[in-house]
Amino acid sequence: MVIGERKPFDEITRMLEGHKKIVVLGCGGCVTVCLTGGHDEVRVLSSQLRMARDKAGDPIEIIEKTVERQCDPEYIEEVNDIVPHIDAVLSMACGAGVQFMAERYTNTPVYPALNTTFVGGSIKEGYYVEKCQTCGECKLYYTAGICPIARCSKSLLNGPCGGSTKGACEIDPQVDCAWQLIIDRLKSLNQMDRYEDIIAVNDWRTNRDGGPRKMVREDFQR
Amino acid sequence: MSGECKTESKLEKILRSGQFAVTGECGPPRGADPDVVRNKCQLLKNKADAFNITDNQTSVVRMSSIASSVIMIQEGMEPVMQMVCRDRNRIAIQSDILGAAALGNKNILCLSGDHQKFGDHPQAKNVFDIDSIQLIRTVRLMRDEGKFLGGDEIKGAPKLFVGAAANPFADPFEIRVPRLAKKVAAGVEFVQTQCIFNLKKFGEWMKAVVDRGLHEKVFILGGVTPFKSFGMARYMANNVPGMDVPDELLQRMKGTAKEKQAEEGIAMAVETIKQLREMTGIAGVHIMAIEWEEKVGEIAEKAGLLPRPSV
Repeated sequence: MVIGERKPFDEITRMLEGHKKIVVLGCGGCVTVCLTGGHDEVRVLSSQLRMARDKAGDPIEIIEKTVERQCDPEYIEEVNDIVPHIDAVLSMACGAGVQFMAERYTNTPVYPALNTTFVGGSIKEGYYVEKCQTCGECKLYYTAGICPIARCSKSLLNGPCGGSTKGACEIDPQVDCAWQLIIDRLKSLNQMDRYEDIIAVNDWRTNRDGGPRKMVREDFQR
Repeated sequence: MSGECKTESKLEKILRSGQFAVTGECGPPRGADPDVVRNKCQLLKNKADAFNITDNQTSVVRMSSIASSVIMIQEGMEPVMQMVCRDRNRIAIQSDILGAAALGNKNILCLSGDHQKFGDHPQAKNVFDIDSIQLIRTVRLMRDEGKFLGGDEIKGAPKLFVGAAANPFADPFEIRVPRLAKKVAAGVEFVQTQCIFNLKKFGEWMKAVVDRGLHEKVFILGGVTPFKSFGMARYMANNVPGMDVPDELLQRMKGTAKEKQAEEGIAMAVETIKQLREMTGIAGVHIMAIEWEEKVGEIAEKAGLLPRPSV
């Protein structure tokens, strides 16, 4: 799923300066699962904002709302009757959701309340780690199911650099060396011979480097 | 190994003629004054066969390795231009290879590059479009087949002797020899190893290298770094990733009076070189006297490596 982290409170209050009536709009998708942008977080952030603005003698009216998914035109229609009556939308969705809102509601500012951080998952409650960089050309077959593009700090495709130490990456002892994990798994799968295959220079056109990407199911286009 | 040279590199000539090679290292300055490079060159001249010019090492911005290499060439010396994959994509890399060769460079050292986290611009975006092994292949493709990665023909192929680094001490240890094998398969012609302090572990690695016959396919130069002080030894042991400094060496430095520590560090480097020369498969040494260039000559002299051959 897409992981997001809430922006610092001060940054959010600065974005909202001058606005008197807003909607804080949650998303029921990934950011609900990772506990940063769902119904509960909308309530908490809205309360904090009201209190801060009251304290500053500049009260703000906040409508709290959470839709199923902000990255879907169908669901963001649900706020069609609210948006014309407010100054701004504070979206608690990922960057995709913020942009769906911005493009749908052309006359209203839409601000991000989150920093969209990565594609990953939770290894335990409230603990999220990056697993995929959406490069568009999955290499997990070659690397024993562990991605060096997302998880090696240098995205090295042919093995660990000289900084791999006791299973950790040179940038931080708390970060696993992806290549140590790959080697461990290749060994347990009896596939160590794969390590010596040289992976050729990557074609990054499928990555963001090829420009914004889209995926079209032609059979649904009629 | 073939005695036939593919380039005009002096380092290649020495290695292919079976002579024990010596390389040194010269870090470019953090400014635009060419005299800093020239002064370092004067300290290093004739003390080794060729000298690595580092490429923004530890991700700290410095004068470019290409420009510094050219200054060294003007001083009548032979640089080994380092090139890291951290800062350039394949377009810039190939362009710089052409430019470097046009300006008289004969050697290239292909490296991934330290992560920018360690440098003075940790906010920078890194590139890593290709990795060091792919870079080795790229240079060989350009030199031997006269082609760019994109497939087009090069008019005037860059004739560079192709080197890389090898770290026998990093983890996971069991792939350190296979990793060298990959570099060899990619076309590397010489490697310089990470600083060798743990000779026992290096010997294990070297034995496995020789067992696979890799020493007959690539020239291996053992990396040697003298400790300036106990403080430096401790720093390298604790703070430099991929460095293996055995406790007995630390104790030896610690047990030496402060004013004698530099001398002791040099003595240890000389001992290491002598032991390396005894090992099967070692074609030379790479002396990295970090910001201590004036000592390269002394170390080479004491190790019996001077004068350097003229080829």
